[in-house]
Amino acid sequence: MKRSLFGRLWPNVTAAVLFVGFVFPVYWMFATAFKPTGDIIAEDPVWFPTDVTFEHFQKATGVDHFWTYVGNSLVVTILAVVFSLVIALVAAFALARMRFRGRRGFVIGFMLAQMAPWEVMVIAMYMIVRDASMLNSLVPLTVFYMMMILPFTVLTLRGFVAAVPRELEEAAMVDGCTRGQAFRRVILPLLAPGLMSTSLFGFITAWNEFPLVLVLNKEAESQTLPLWLSSFQTAFGDDWGATMAASSLFAVPILILFVFLQRRAVSGLTAGAVKG
Amino acid sequence: MTVQTERPPSGPADVRKSDDGPGRPQPRAAERTGALAPYLLLLPACAATVLLLGWPLLKDLLLSFQNLNMGQLIQHVTEWNGIDNYKEVLTGEDFWRVTLRTLAFTAVNVVLIMLLGTLVGLLLARLGKRMRVTLMIGLVLAWAMPVVAATTVYQWLFAQRFGVVNWVLDKLGWHSMADYSWTSGQFSTFFVVTLLIVWQSIPFVAINLYAATTTIPGELYEAAALDGAGVWKSFTTVTLPFLRPFLYATTFLEIIWVFKAFVQVFTINGGGPDRLTETLPVYAYIEGVGNQHYGMGAAIAVLTILILLGVTAYYLRIVLKQEEDEL
Repeated sequence: MKRSLFGRLWPNVTAAVLFVGFVFPVYWMFATAFKPTGDIIAEDPVWFPTDVTFEHFQKATGVDHFWTYVGNSLVVTILAVVFSLVIALVAAFALARMRFRGRRGFVIGFMLAQMAPWEVMVIAMYMIVRDASMLNSLVPLTVFYMMMILPFTVLTLRGFVAAVPRELEEAAMVDGCTRGQAFRRVILPLLAPGLMSTSLFGFITAWNEFPLVLVLNKEAESQTLPLWLSSFQTAFGDDWGATMAASSLFAVPILILFVFLQRRAVSGLTAGAVKG
Repeated sequence: MTVQTERPPSGPADVRKSDDGPGRPQPRAAERTGALAPYLLLLPACAATVLLLGWPLLKDLLLSFQNLNMGQLIQHVTEWNGIDNYKEVLTGEDFWRVTLRTLAFTAVNVVLIMLLGTLVGLLLARLGKRMRVTLMIGLVLAWAMPVVAATTVYQWLFAQRFGVVNWVLDKLGWHSMADYSWTSGQFSTFFVVTLLIVWQSIPFVAINLYAATTTIPGELYEAAALDGAGVWKSFTTVTLPFLRPFLYATTFLEIIWVFKAFVQVFTINGGGPDRLTETLPVYAYIEGVGNQHYGMGAAIAVLTILILLGVTAYYLRIVLKQEEDEL
């Protein structure tokens, strides 16, 4: 069956237009970040920067406490992801491999927990943290971020564990492994890709989190990058070069991780969270 | 299994259902000790959920019955005031206006996301390999943009001076847009926020939908073609029924995500101009934390959660049922 020229052409043309539409904001962020100020505020936009400058990046990273924010963001994000992976892995193993009373209830419980509207609970979380005298500390952030990503991690890892053939585990146990050993030596290595892609979404959530840190941590020493970025524009007014440089710096780690891990992450997402 | 064990605390809305398979009648001793194992493995996750999610939820409920403003906050006093907060919120005009606005905002966004996302997903399925990979890369870039960064970029795209959107509109002949201030009007602010959210959400729907279409067996289309079905007919009789569970689950997720979108609305314009673009989460934040009526804010938060549950109840039932069928 041969399609007409028009029939072959329009999907490609539409796709090209869509591609430009989706990429342009990202492109414009990087382009502006590298452009000299003169080009940024030119009467007609400079679509393809010819002069490249790093002055905006210098300005963005020269802000007081910049490296503190970077450090805080990294510490909080990585710890939250690691804790939630460990806790979720054992739970996912039970949910995927064991039969017990109430299993269905646990799964539904985690599904409901995944819906939790954290954005509107900040007041209660503020009171709890304040009563514990833990404001302006990284500990509550880490712990709550861990919880924000935990239900998703449990459900996704459950899909990955279920995908490992049971026979492999049984074979290991026939060969004399205990259940724990079989898990460590057989299942865990096979789960590595799943763990990586699951942690990607956790990483993104924690790296991006904004409302909670906005309420809890008013002191610069304990703030994270999203606050730095959102306050940047207010502090620097219409210095779009520096603002876009700041956005680029914030976005690059996620963009890199995502582009590399996306394919596997998506299949994990559909296999684990959506399809069960 | 006949061994009864004490269950560790589980999620807040835990539904207990018996899961008895055709178990062997005589459990051996090893099985009896093994029966505890799943609960022990689930203990950390459940304890974390109760402590870090259940407690804040409960705390929020308790706060909503308290008179808690700056004074009480500083002096650490607890003043119960019954349902005064709810009375004040529910009899005020603001809350209902914000609720309607949030519902309309959610509806518009979700419809756009699902419609355009599905179309893009179907387009992906139709493209040749090279073009498909190209478009996928574009989608993934938009998807991966951190929300705070994306919001800043949109502020720059729609900036009053030197913003690229105004320049293009001006060049296209719409000269009154040359120095248009997008954040000065309610609708124009919502337009930018909607564009931002739709732009970032389409990729999730499109890529997953494309992945789902690849699992449809080709024979189904051949059979439909043999029966004389045209393109549209085979779409409605083969593609759509196959994708239905996926579409339900995705719509459900998108409703939740859009409804509680805080960062986009808050950072674009702080709920302004004149508090005209506040949606429920932003309203709860500004009333509670911004204006330091913490009790009021907590009451708004409780009502917001109830509304969210109400809106998603229909989908929640379907999605839970799908999940149960597969368990």
